[in-house]
Amino acid sequence: MTSNGLDAALWSFGRGAGLAALGLFTLSLLLGIIGRSGRSLPLLGRVGVSDLHRTAALTGTGLVAVHVGSLLIDPYAQLKVVDLLLPFLAAYRPFWLGIGTLAADLLVLITLVSVLRARIGPRVFRSVHWATYVLWPFALVHALGAGSDATSPWFRAFALACTLAVVSAVGWRLAASFPGRGWDRQPRRTA
Amino acid sequence: MPRSAADTIMSTRLHIDWTRCDGHGSCVELLPDVLTTDDFGFPMPLSHDKEPVIPVRSRVAAGHAVRSCPVMALKIFRKV
Amino acid sequence: MTSPTAPMAAGVRGLLDPDDDRADPGIGRQLSLPELLEALDRSGLTGRGGAGFPTSVKVRAVAGDRRRPVIVGNAMEGEPLSFKDAVLLTRNPTAVLDGLETLGRAMRCRRAILAVHEDLEASSLTAALRGRRTELARLTGGFVAGQESAVVAQLNGGPPKPRDQFRRVTEYGVDGRPTLVLNAETLAHLGRIARHGPAWFRSTGTADDPGTSLVTISGAVHRPGVIETPRGTRLLDAIAPALPIDPVAVLVGGYHGAWVPAADLEVRLSKSALAPYGASVGAGVLHVLGADACPLEIAARVVDYLATESARQCGPCVNGLPHLATAVRRLASGVRDDSLPLEIDRMAHMVSGRGACAHPDGTARFIGSTLTVFHSHVQDHLGGRCPVRRQTRS
Repeated sequence: MTSNGLDAALWSFGRGAGLAALGLFTLSLLLGIIGRSGRSLPLLGRVGVSDLHRTAALTGTGLVAVHVGSLLIDPYAQLKVVDLLLPFLAAYRPFWLGIGTLAADLLVLITLVSVLRARIGPRVFRSVHWATYVLWPFALVHALGAGSDATSPWFRAFALACTLAVVSAVGWRLAASFPGRGWDRQPRRTA
Repeated sequence: MPRSAADTIMSTRLHIDWTRCDGHGSCVELLPDVLTTDDFGFPMPLSHDKEPVIPVRSRVAAGHAVRSCPVMALKIFRKV
Repeated sequence: MTSPTAPMAAGVRGLLDPDDDRADPGIGRQLSLPELLEALDRSGLTGRGGAGFPTSVKVRAVAGDRRRPVIVGNAMEGEPLSFKDAVLLTRNPTAVLDGLETLGRAMRCRRAILAVHEDLEASSLTAALRGRRTELARLTGGFVAGQESAVVAQLNGGPPKPRDQFRRVTEYGVDGRPTLVLNAETLAHLGRIARHGPAWFRSTGTADDPGTSLVTISGAVHRPGVIETPRGTRLLDAIAPALPIDPVAVLVGGYHGAWVPAADLEVRLSKSALAPYGASVGAGVLHVLGADACPLEIAARVVDYLATESARQCGPCVNGLPHLATAVRRLASGVRDDSLPLEIDRMAHMVSGRGACAHPDGTARFIGSTLTVFHSHVQDHLGGRCPVRRQTRS
């Protein structure tokens, strides 16, 4: 392979990892809301819902690392290490990339708190976890803006599908009829 | 106080923090030998023990349950 | 509040008589920890706050920790039928404070706190506190606010709710320190044991349950009040000074206690004697049921109250207690549903042991005792009539 070919491969690989991460985060968010409702899913059960929620999120996180790592190596992307930490300084599409930087930083925080939650305690864990509702739209916006596939129809369909899924899930979450597992400590109907 | 060898056998038990538990139910799914669900959806030890013993065959599942509980209401401990 | 005294060991005034010890401080205040522990061991003092746990064991559990502990005197008295701690703090606060200080000095405590309910009117207490290191904490809350971890939670600035017991307050309590919570009356006895010796304490009471207790007598009596009684006194002798009116039964231990029927009032107020009734002396509440009161109506009101007093933290309690209250209410109203006793029993077992504190357990115990002791009365209700009311219900 020529060096250009390698670069092109890295570029595709990096973007592909990013898109896959977005898909997995979408799945994780949906499963998180289902878990919060206390509802079970066929085949998975409640355990499966929370296991898959976690696995999807962690895999997505890993893919973000791949996404960022491969783009760091790729000279075409012109990504520098500082761009991982501080937003809006990048050479290429700085605004949209900056959104991605913020999302990545947020992801690191959320992941660390989740992994260490036994030590941190449920209340702090829960507060930080709410930030996933900020993370997801940042990831989507970053993909739409910084991703060079943003104009391609298959990517748009993918982004639309993810968005519809998240919007309906969040709509359900906010509805008065959402089951909610007893956080408010009200007596329930007798089973 | 002197003890016989039998007295020092420890049991592995499950502790439920009721101030956290909100009846999610992963634990009941994973530990059907140890827990069932009460009328209101909360886990209930089959043995009516406050902190039920976890049989050896369920130890792995119990660890899974501890990690799986979304509100971290479970702990496994050893008790004399 | 009338307080007739029971006969006391010679030379020492009753617990409710102000002990003028300033003239004769005695050796009590300078006991070392080993000396105090030995005195407590030999005295056999048990807690007077409800659980009746051996005090020396409780002290040892905290004393073993290298960190300097916090000692809390618990006078919250969340039980509505109990007044003894309030009376003690009004009439003889020095006894409680002496005990607290004796213990605090022996254990080199970091803080000594007396926790009282904010509603307590205690000018004599404020006076007695002058010049002492003991802090007074005025706390809020209802029935469960007197539970040891609820007191600690509030002292730490949180709401008066019990905590999960996995990490006990004896390991991690007030300010994160090992915390020893003892009932105010227990501390008063402790101080006196330190001053007068374990043999003096053992000169009243029984061999396995020595000393005296304050009891609060209420209900169908002419003279309700707080009395000091030797442990092991017969129940009927204990309530006699209050002049009971045709007792049908006595509720021993308050809303979390158990009934002793009139035929068995010769039972002694000691751990072993009361055990068959599912009762214990507890905090010394003796509530007399008269012949004109329907025990199921009383039970319905009690369970209703207990349901509303849940700290609302634990699912089985939040959900189970209202359900129990409804069922007992139906029974009291004469609803002819033969499945009620079974359903009540099932629900009582369901809530027991499934909470951060013993609130559901105590409620279940009270209900179980009611249905057992008043079994024939329950049958009458199920048949649609109440022997007390003499009315036919549909």
